[in-house]
Order: sequence, then structure tokens, then C-alpha cells
Amino acid sequence: MPDPGIAPIVTLTDAAKHFGAVRALDGVSLTISPGECLGLVGHNGAGKSTLVNVVNGGLAPSGGEVTFHGGTDALGAGVRSVFQELSLCPNLTAAENLRIAHGGLKGPGWRRRARAEIRESLDTVFPGHGIDPGAEVDRLSIAERQMVEIAIGFAPRDTPARLVILDEPTSSLDAGIADQLLDHIARFCAGGGAVVFITHMMGEIFRVATRIIVLKDGRVVADHGASDFTRTGLVDAMGHVAAEDAAELSERRTGDEIVRTEDGLAACEGEIVGLSGLAGHGQAEALARLYLGETSAWRSRAVPPMVFVAGDRGRDGLLPLWSILRNMSISILRQGARWGLVDRAAEAKIGDEWKRRIGIRTDDVTNPIMSLSGGNQQKVLFARALASEARVVVMDDPMRGVDVGTKQDVYAMIRAEAASGRTFLWYSTETEEVCQCDRVFVYRAGRISAELTGADITEERILEASFEMQEAS
Amino acid sequence: MNVIARHRIILPVVSLAVLLAATFWLQPRAMSYFGLNLLFNLAVPIALATIAQMLIIMVNDIDLSVGAFVSLAACVTATILNDTPALGVLVLALMVAGYAAMGVVIHRLELPAIVVTLGMSFIWGGLALFVLPSPGGTSPGWLRTLMTVKPPLIPAAVLAALLIGGITHLMIMRSGLGTVLRGVGGNTRSVARAGWSVTRLKALAYGLAGFFGVLSGMALVGLTTSADANIALRYTLLSIAGVILGGGEFTGGKISPVGAVIGALTLTLAASFLSFLRLSPDWQIGAQGAILILVLTARLLFNRKGVAA
Repeated sequence: MPDPGIAPIVTLTDAAKHFGAVRALDGVSLTISPGECLGLVGHNGAGKSTLVNVVNGGLAPSGGEVTFHGGTDALGAGVRSVFQELSLCPNLTAAENLRIAHGGLKGPGWRRRARAEIRESLDTVFPGHGIDPGAEVDRLSIAERQMVEIAIGFAPRDTPARLVILDEPTSSLDAGIADQLLDHIARFCAGGGAVVFITHMMGEIFRVATRIIVLKDGRVVADHGASDFTRTGLVDAMGHVAAEDAAELSERRTGDEIVRTEDGLAACEGEIVGLSGLAGHGQAEALARLYLGETSAWRSRAVPPMVFVAGDRGRDGLLPLWSILRNMSISILRQGARWGLVDRAAEAKIGDEWKRRIGIRTDDVTNPIMSLSGGNQQKVLFARALASEARVVVMDDPMRGVDVGTKQDVYAMIRAEAASGRTFLWYSTETEEVCQCDRVFVYRAGRISAELTGADITEERILEASFEMQEAS
Repeated sequence: MNVIARHRIILPVVSLAVLLAATFWLQPRAMSYFGLNLLFNLAVPIALATIAQMLIIMVNDIDLSVGAFVSLAACVTATILNDTPALGVLVLALMVAGYAAMGVVIHRLELPAIVVTLGMSFIWGGLALFVLPSPGGTSPGWLRTLMTVKPPLIPAAVLAALLIGGITHLMIMRSGLGTVLRGVGGNTRSVARAGWSVTRLKALAYGLAGFFGVLSGMALVGLTTSADANIALRYTLLSIAGVILGGGEFTGGKISPVGAVIGALTLTLAASFLSFLRLSPDWQIGAQGAILILVLTARLLFNRKGVAA
């Protein structure tokens, strides 16, 4: 709860933001004070990103007021954001990226000072990170990029950080690194800083947040101290009912083996195969090798043998200039085509059907894809894959930044599709998801270190297999 | 610095070295102060135009008007700057400002640079014809002296290339503002979010490109002593090729000023090399293209290996 004795950092009074007819933010009043760690939750499209952009000064509200205390604008008031989609300049080094955010790094020797500053910030937040500040960002793994971005958010820069907004900061980090971040958030808030923390991981919210705000359809529907919430209470407030029976793992029948690679990855018809282990240990590469190997023939077939669901939406998934429908239907154009021409009517029918089945929040599937929130964009990518008749679906950590309710929907859909004979290869950084699988391959240092099935698929076994060798060496 | 990052510059250096060795082998007399100067003389304006192109590619745009612009700068230098220096300087400064304004228009109205610069190339071309309807004009004396200076030990052309490469490297790769400019190419949104005005940054990039375009035109007149409205039209494609040969990429702000200068030298040398081979001029353009494809193929293979390793 805000302490009336301390001046707040930012105050929103009835702030609203409309995009055309869409009320992304529908009158939100909010005060953020030093020492607070504010957990912000809500399902996809609830207005979290819009709220964040209003608080950090990126969007001017269409109604109401935003007041920054201690500075004229967001930057001057020490408000920083770390975004969900990675927003570093990939062609620059970590230190040079800091230069962009820190205008005071000038004059001879700025490169040395920038390297020192980013290294110090990385050391503070992620002790033992092993990132070279002089390395170009596009040579870093996704997790390392996210770490650099967080470190820039907490770096001293021109005015010290007073409020840091973290949008899904842990979605591409593995458990150990995420732990370090949560510890740092707690330290930072104890030292008088404030944090707005957006995540879909309930455990993290309850671990660090002092106060939790629930957004739904652009409004604040609940705003209490963290101790006043329970997990189920929080999920209820968001408007979804959590399916408690994640462990409904009956021995499902699977068919013949249809995937087998040299490095030991295998999958049967109708099976959900998980790829697990610490982030960046070769899972994504294994999937990419498999997928590109199967689908790179000179002459493509009308029905591809495999389809791919991207996790890094911006890089691998979206066609940002196209409409929602086009993004969805690109995988199936050959199926309905006659004489090489697209059957528009069939395309529209399939688009509407999938919009309904997977619940894409839009009035019109001909809207541009970028008008959707991140989670809904991801649903479109799922629809793209599932709409095709391919027998194997390859998924590269597809639940990045997807909310709890959508996740449950997608899990159910995956199970149903698997029951009808489709095969899923699913790389995930979240143990909860991996536990949905029939068989799990744990990767370590680019190789499979364990193959788990049935009741052996537990968090402990996966962690064991992920870490073994590192302890030995 | 990791090894692969350094590789970016190794390939342009190797291509230049191989081509230079082949030239010396064909024509040992080129291996002298005088020979080197002769080989690389015309590379100086090309290198400057390549730097101009690189500054545009750096911010994810492409400039199809470099050649026409350099021609115009050459015409102004050979006429107005020679006759009334003060007015000449003013006109050249206005041209640089025009380039900066072009950057602002492209960014503000979200127009594709390829279309705007293509349109502008006809305007620059028309102005050049207006200034100098028929080939002629005279190079200002001081410029002629500057371009024919004979420094001890190192040929002027090589020295100029070193200077251009060194200065632009400091400006773009080492300075803070240069870093932010490269950031615009890498991720415009993140630069804007950090509180920078992207319009101003683009104006700066285009303005700098205009400045180097003007320098290129002046250097060209200093070498050839007269100008022509079409004198540098082929610079447009040469400069793009130079940037790419030098390890730059079309998008993502991945550029190298030193590489761009090396790329310009390589392209110039390729022309001389083909003459030494006694290849008919009809075939030279095609052969130059073949060399370009060869180097780019090598780079692609090289990059793939780098990724696999």
C-alpha cells in the first residue's frame, strides 16, 4: 500500500487510451510510490502493455492525466522500461546499447566508461553472468540479450532509476537466472526503488510483489496488497479458471515412430514430445535442424511434412505488414489453390473458423496483425500451424508471453490434436509445460542428456538431467 | 572482440590483397609509387561516394541519387566554385542541407527511400545540366594542387584512402553519436524510446552523406580538371557495391567505414586488372560484376561456416 509520507513517483488519474474504437485503457487511476513492487496481471489484451506505455511516457493518454513527480517527463523522473519483445540494437555491443539509453556517456574514453557501467550493472543483477560487454548483441543468446536489457534498465545512467517496469522479464530466462533477477528486484525495492512487474508466472508474482493489480478489459478490477490474494483468487480475478488437473496423464496410445534424428530425438504418431533443459542448450537448434531438414526440398508439396510455431515472433513468425487472415492462411494456401490461384472464399472460411476455435480477440480478421496484442499474435501463429494438414508440429517455446487462460486453451487444443494422431515436438522453458508431454528429452550443452517418459517426468528429474554435468566439471 | 566479429573486415582485406597481388603479377611496374598512385587515383572520389552511400545504408535506407548528386557537385565545383568561390561554397552547403531535408521528408512521411532518392536523382541531374549544359568548366587551382600533391613515401591516393577510412571510422564506429546513428539502423524503436529524435538523427545521417557526396564531386573535378553533367552516374551502383564488398549489409545498421573504403579500392582495381588482362572494354562491366559475385559468394560461404562453428 502507498505510504502517504513519501512522495509518489508517478500518478495516473483516470487515464484512458483509445485506439480507434478499441478502448485499450478505460480510465485507470494508479499511484506508484518508492519501495513498492507492483505486480501487474491480466490476460492477453487486458491493456497491460498500453498501461506500461502510458506510465513510461511512450504513449500520451487520450483522456485523464499522468503526473511524474521529480521530473518533467518519464525519463527525467527516472522511469525505465524493459520490454517484452527484445528491444536492443542487435548490431551494437552491449556497452554501445547502454550509450543509446545514457546520453551522458560522452567525450574521449566513453567506450571504456560504458563497458565499466554495463559490467557493473550486470554484476549487480546477475552475478556470474559471463557476458562480454564488448560483444555484439546479435551474437548473444536470447536469454543473454534479455539480461543485458534488464541490466541497462537498472544501470545508473543520467538520472538514477526510480521506477523500473519489467514486462515479462523472465519469459526467456531459465530458473536460476530468473531467481537472481527476483532477488535483485527485492533488493532494489528495499533500497527505495519501485518496480512494476508483469509476468504470467504466479509463483514469481507472489514471491516479489508487495501489491498486485489485476487488469481486465482496460480497467483495474482488483488492487490489493499481495498478501490479500491467493493463487486461485488471482486467477479468478483475471477472469479465467485455472485447470488444476494438469496431471491428467493417462497412458495414451501412440502410433509408429515417425521422427528420428541422428542425435537421438524421436517421436511417434500422436505423441507430444517435450524438449527441456536450461535455456540455450541446443533445443531450439535441434528443432531448427529437424524442421529445415524436412522442409527444404526444392519442390515443396501441397501439404508440408511439418509445420513450425515460432516463439520469437518478430524474427521467425510474423509477417508484420500482412493482415491477421493472411498471416494465418499462408500455411494452407496450396491446399485450397486451383490453377495456382488462391481460393479467397475458402481462405476466409478457414480464417473465421480458427478465429473462433482459438479465440483471437479481433472484430475482423482482415485487420493488420500488429493491431493484436502479443498473446493474440501468438494464437494466430498457432492457428497457422494447426490449420495445415501437416502431421508433425514443431514448437519453439511458443508460450513466451502468453497468459494463463490462453495457455490452458492451447494445452487442451494440443492434447485434442495429438489424440487425433498429430505429433508435437515442443521446446519449452517452463517446466509446467514440459510436464504435459508424453516423453521429454532433456538437453545439456547441445546434446540429449536424458529421455524421460510417463511418471518420470518431474521437475526434479528434469533439473537433475540439466545440471549433472555442470556440477561434475 | 570475438573472432567472427573481426572476420567481417578480413574478407574485404583479403579480396583487395588477392586482386592487388594478381595485378602486380600481371604488371610488375605497377608496384611503385607512381604505379600505385595511378591505380588508385580514381578510387578517391569513389571511396567518398561509397562512404556517402554507407551512411544512408547505415540507417536502413538506400540512395539511388548518389551518382547524380556527385555529378551536380562536380559541375558546381567546376563552374560556380571556380568563378565566385563564396557563392560556390554557399551552393554546396545548400546541397548538403537539401540532402538533410530529403532525410527528414523520407522519415516524416514514411516514404520509401528508394523511391524518393530515385526521383531526386532526376532533379540533381537536371540541375547539373542547368549549371553546365555541355561538358567543360575548370577545376579551381587549389583543388587541382591538392589532388595532385605528391607526399613523400606514400602515394597521395593511398594516403587519402587511409585518411578517409580513419576519419570515418572514428566518426561512425567510435564516437557516441555515430553509435546512436548505427543504433537507428539496428532498432529504430529502441533509439526513439531512449528519448532521441529519430528525425534529427536521420537528417544528420543524410546531411553527412550529402557532405561526403560533395567532397566526392570536388575530388573528381580536382582529378579530371573539368566536369560533365553525367560524369559520375555510375557511382550510384559502384557505391552500393563498394559498401557490400566492404562487409556491410543492406539492413540492420551493419556497416564498416574501413571496409567501404576497401570496397571502393577493390572495385577501382578490378577495372585496371581487367585492362591489364587485355579484356575488351565490352566485357569489362560484366567481368567486374563477376568479380563482385565471386567475392559475395565467398562471404556467404564464410558466414555460413561462422554460424556452423
